[in-house]
Amino acid sequence: MIRIDGLSKNYGSFVAVDHITLHVPRGALYGFLGPNGAGKTTTLRMIAGILRPTAGRVLLGGDDIHRDPLTAKRRLGYIPDRPFVYDKLTGAEFLRFVAGLYGQEGDRIERRMEELLEVFELSSWKDELVEAYSHGMRQKLIISSALIHRPECIVVDEPMVGLDPKAARLLKDIFRQFVEHGGTVLMSTHTLEVAEAMCDRIAIIQHGKIVASGTMPEIREQTATGHGVGLEELFLKLTGGVHAKELAAVLGDR
Amino acid sequence: MRQPSLAHVLQPKWRTALQRLREERSGGTGKIVVLTVVALAFWAAVFGVLYRVLRYFRGVEELGPLLAGKLLGLVLLSFISILVLSNVITALSSFFLAKDLDLLVSAPVDWLRLYLAKLGETVVHSSWMVALMAVPILAAYGVSYGGGWGFAPYAVATLLPLFLLPAVIGAMLTLGLVNVFPARRTRDLLSIIALGTVAVMILLFRMVRPEQLARPEGFRNLLDYITVLRTPTSPWLPSEWATDAIMTWLRGGIDTLPLLLLWSTAAAFVTLGAMAHARLYATGYTRAQEGAERFIRGGFWRWSLRYVLAPLPVAKREFVLKDIRLFFRDTQQWSQLILLAVLVVVYLFNIKALPLFRGEQVPFFFVTLVSFLNLGLSGFVLASIAARFIFPAVSLEGRQMWLLRSSPLDLRALLWSKYWVGTIPLLVLALLLTGLTNVLLKVTPFMMVVSLTTICALTLAIAALALGFGALYPQFETENAAQIPTSFGGLVFMMSTIALLAAVIVALARPVSVYLQAHNAGETVSVDGAMIAWFAAAAGLCAAATIIPLRVGLRRMEQFEF
Repeated sequence: MIRIDGLSKNYGSFVAVDHITLHVPRGALYGFLGPNGAGKTTTLRMIAGILRPTAGRVLLGGDDIHRDPLTAKRRLGYIPDRPFVYDKLTGAEFLRFVAGLYGQEGDRIERRMEELLEVFELSSWKDELVEAYSHGMRQKLIISSALIHRPECIVVDEPMVGLDPKAARLLKDIFRQFVEHGGTVLMSTHTLEVAEAMCDRIAIIQHGKIVASGTMPEIREQTATGHGVGLEELFLKLTGGVHAKELAAVLGDR
Repeated sequence: MRQPSLAHVLQPKWRTALQRLREERSGGTGKIVVLTVVALAFWAAVFGVLYRVLRYFRGVEELGPLLAGKLLGLVLLSFISILVLSNVITALSSFFLAKDLDLLVSAPVDWLRLYLAKLGETVVHSSWMVALMAVPILAAYGVSYGGGWGFAPYAVATLLPLFLLPAVIGAMLTLGLVNVFPARRTRDLLSIIALGTVAVMILLFRMVRPEQLARPEGFRNLLDYITVLRTPTSPWLPSEWATDAIMTWLRGGIDTLPLLLLWSTAAAFVTLGAMAHARLYATGYTRAQEGAERFIRGGFWRWSLRYVLAPLPVAKREFVLKDIRLFFRDTQQWSQLILLAVLVVVYLFNIKALPLFRGEQVPFFFVTLVSFLNLGLSGFVLASIAARFIFPAVSLEGRQMWLLRSSPLDLRALLWSKYWVGTIPLLVLALLLTGLTNVLLKVTPFMMVVSLTTICALTLAIAALALGFGALYPQFETENAAQIPTSFGGLVFMMSTIALLAAVIVALARPVSVYLQAHNAGETVSVDGAMIAWFAAAAGLCAAATIIPLRVGLRRMEQFEF
């Protein structure tokens, strides 16, 4: 499980994340939505222990990521939005390297690596340098690296970017099965259909604050909208969408 | 459609440069002061030395002006050679590998504007250092020959085409190469060729032993010498035209022919370059998108390394393996080892060429002194190597820091791996350098032990300083490892290391002089309390310079935010 208590992050006088509290229970797939610049990536990076919060704490399976980082991080698989990897390592070497960072090696890891590469259709590329990989292949490799040590929680930032439809579908299945087996996933995404179809619960962040959270019916209740209203309408209502008339005016102005 | 102006195409570049400058300024005045002082000191030193040489030349009748002209010709010729080499590599980045090319090539910008914009970028990137170097040199010529205020704009007008020509040649050579080889292969090929050329040049220059030319017995008669000096090195070289133009001005006249030659040749080359660009760029650019290396060799090394590193915990082992792989798979990194090997050979050759062994009994004092001072010099060589290879280690992890920080890797393990991967080769080199020089100098066992122990301690400290300062002044945005040591942090590292070297040498000077005195008096050297205290002081300095930077670096890394 992932628990965030009063988490804040300031950059000088700018408040990127403003005292947010969130509980992602074990066995749940939690969607983390918000417009660009709302504070999603900053929050996820604090959960992953990359950024230090200005205030608040993050617990992964009961361990504080900033007080007891090594224990807490062992439970975590983090998938960033920008797939920077070592260009001069091969896919297999990269996965072995990441497993090593989690203190794992040997036949078990070799088998796990083969399985993951097979699932993501990277087996024939495993001995080639990452610099020859396409964006989507790098993304698949990073997803494999987040799964190689069998984490309890996955924190994932925009997982669908760059993936082909087949891989996107595969990832959805993997995440679903992962939570069905007791795992926890916190996922930020802009693809609202994906969030609506996959997530058990959703939190919407705007200007660094959580403006709504819960299951779809709970969010509808919080925003006082009708039964059949979809996530897109809810999202736009909460975050302020562009009016269709204004759009038409912009596009028509030639 | 109206085409955007050249200034508009270049706008992102100069805006980025201005922003960088603003950021540097906001970083505090201390940095600017240090950089200005160092730059001014360097300029003053170059100016001072050259000014004295030129004043001396002025005093020599007949030969003086000839020598001054010859010297300038040599300087400008070396500038051109350096510029052609650096332009070939820069042109490859700016014309074929730069990140803004996708945007520019897909926009409706015509080929001529793209060519001129990229040529301008290439000239600035590859020539700024040479241009800065030219300032004190030409100032010394202007001042010592009374060139007057008009000399400055005149010199600029002479040098501009001289900078432009190598850029056009570099861009044309690159264009040709990219059309034959894929761009990434070309880059690898070029970095090896460039380094190989520099290495051979250094070797050749050293092996002809230019110091012998300064000996009078080297010349048969004066007339031969003057004849050699009067002959132009090559009437076809632009550096010769520039020399003619500058020397004529300094003699009080104006000769328009060399200037005309320079500018018309530059214009002709730019036109030729533009024509070649129009014909070949599109195919070259397409080829540049292909050709990343895909296949990996070296199974033997992989397994033997795994075997050697087997006793290490898995995280450290994988980290060390990763660092070694990345180094040897990056041509720009490993190819610098060629240059390093040449520098070591030249270093040893210099020691061998010292006029200490000329048949008569070797003066014991000099041998000991050279072997002692050699510690400082080897230390400096090691510091330069550490600046190049160890200092960028933390910065190079920048883009992957998301992985390292989100995994349970202890940062101490990261620092540990980086430290030993850098230190062990440095230690081997240090021992070889010092040991071999001592053997060449035939020093006593006492000096051998003192210098080997000291260089070991110094190497441990230098590597720690490089890693520590690298973590204190990280350059996460720089992709090119070669640029990282030239940053402000690199400068601070070099200055701190020089201070450490000086302090250790001062601490050891006392025991070494006691040893020398005892040896001269024919007594046995007694190791007393004072001697032990001085040795302990040197050891303490090295230990502090090892532990403190690593601790500070670790603390800094724990605060990194991405």
